[in-house]
Amino acid sequence: MIEFIETTKEFQVGTSTVTALNHINLTIQKGDIFGVIGFSGAGKSTLIRTVNLLEEPSSGQVIVNGKELTTLTKSQFREEKKNIGMIFQHFNLLHSKNVFENVAMPLIISGVKKTNLRDQVNEVLAFVGLTDKANRYIDELSGGQKQRVGIARALVTKPTILLCDEATSALDPQTTKSILTLLKKINREYGITILLITHEMEVIRDICNRVAVMENGRIIETGNVLEIFSTPREETTKSFVQSVVRDEIPPSVYEQLKSMNDTKKIYSLKFIGVDVGQPIVSQVAKKFAVDVNVLFGNITELQGIPFGHLIVELVGSDKDIQKAFLFIQAKNIQIEEVVARESEHTNHYRRGSRYAVHG
Amino acid sequence: MKVSTQIIIDAVLDTLYMVSISLFFGAILGFILGVILVVTRKGHILENKLIFAIVNPIVNTLRSIPFIILLVAIIPFTRLLVGTAIGTTAAIVPLVLHIGPYISRLIENSLLEVDGGIIEAAKAMGASPFQIIQKFLLPEAFPSLILSVTTATIGLIGATAMAGAVGGGGLGDVAITYGYQRFDNTTIMVTVVILVVLVQVIQSIGNSFERKIRRVS
Repeated sequence: MIEFIETTKEFQVGTSTVTALNHINLTIQKGDIFGVIGFSGAGKSTLIRTVNLLEEPSSGQVIVNGKELTTLTKSQFREEKKNIGMIFQHFNLLHSKNVFENVAMPLIISGVKKTNLRDQVNEVLAFVGLTDKANRYIDELSGGQKQRVGIARALVTKPTILLCDEATSALDPQTTKSILTLLKKINREYGITILLITHEMEVIRDICNRVAVMENGRIIETGNVLEIFSTPREETTKSFVQSVVRDEIPPSVYEQLKSMNDTKKIYSLKFIGVDVGQPIVSQVAKKFAVDVNVLFGNITELQGIPFGHLIVELVGSDKDIQKAFLFIQAKNIQIEEVVARESEHTNHYRRGSRYAVHG
Repeated sequence: MKVSTQIIIDAVLDTLYMVSISLFFGAILGFILGVILVVTRKGHILENKLIFAIVNPIVNTLRSIPFIILLVAIIPFTRLLVGTAIGTTAAIVPLVLHIGPYISRLIENSLLEVDGGIIEAAKAMGASPFQIIQKFLLPEAFPSLILSVTTATIGLIGATAMAGAVGGGGLGDVAITYGYQRFDNTTIMVTVVILVVLVQVIQSIGNSFERKIRRVS
């Protein structure tokens, strides 16, 4: 478990003070895959570095597994660091050593004899799938393989916490997936708590169960991933969510709005969880005297639960459309009408207020 | 040529003697100073303003004195250290003081080239400052250190040419006393050719060693 209590970090830049962390309060529970997302300069990098004191907080506390690291002696602290593995965006591996030697390094540092570490190193190398690369040098590996070496090195001391500093930001999408899968496996099989920072919402979507959004050294929003994706409150959060779940209305839909008449209305439907599996579209079409045209659709998955967005056109009489609307709403689906906004900016449109029926 | 082959051979041996001994001590001195210059600087693993503020100007001062002046300026110190101020051995003291600070700057550069991420990773796994130097910085900088020492060695050969000023002998001395002062161009040519070959050989050895360490075929 990691607890940030009023954690603050200030840097002196010339004569001015920059507040990288502004009274952070955050708890990461044991077993979490906790993601911190933010744009560059938000302070997330500083935040993760306070956990193993690569950055010492200016004030406030960081408590790791019940211990406040700043109060430990140097040797106690080095001992405690074995409990906190860390992987990096640029891997930070030794080019002068081969894969085996790189992975063995944390053990050598902590005084394990070279003859006694072979089994431990081989075990983690097997876990990350690099057994056959043990004698290779770092510059002979691909980016994904390098990060696997980084992960093996972080795991070799059997930590309870793994810190991931933009661990996939230097990798291509496919390699990112495979590294994320590996991180998930580490969390599941070893029960290791993972704290990761990223600027990619896909990473949060794919593996995190909880997320915090950072901006200007503060945590502006935090919650479980499903919550944040379905009901983001802050603008920054919304823009991150939209980078993965595109829920803005595509221009083609606006074109449709121009030819709108009383018998057609366009709605945006947001599904969270099980409802998405229901054949809602065909149900509506069968039950009510309305035709349903799907104009736009986007379904993604969050922690194994489908999460989606549909834009549909309902064609029928006002009364029937309203009935269909209520029916869909009763299914626990967020439904909003898409309407053209009457404003001087003629090409701008806006959706109607949530759950409101427009007659 | 007005000099015997024996004189040339002796001069080559004198040069090699001066270069190797002063390189050995100079490298130790330069290595220690170089590491201090790196790790005590601002933001590094053993940041120490006082030590840096002492070592840095000392290195600069020694680096800024032309060797021919250093050679004679420290004669009392040389006499104190090796008992004499004249001869090949006496030339070694100023050579060490000349090349040590030079090597320290080269080593400083090599160590600073090591990616800061490596140090961060080392800290994250709980390495002590000494372990960071020994197991991370030095191995990572090693190929570059080899090239630095090669460069320093060649610089030393140049410096030994001035050792004649304190009776140090060597190829430079032969070129000046036998070649220049007696108008013997052949001797000058011969010493120059030997020096060129010497530099080529040392550079090649350094390069191939460095490539081997970097595993470049």
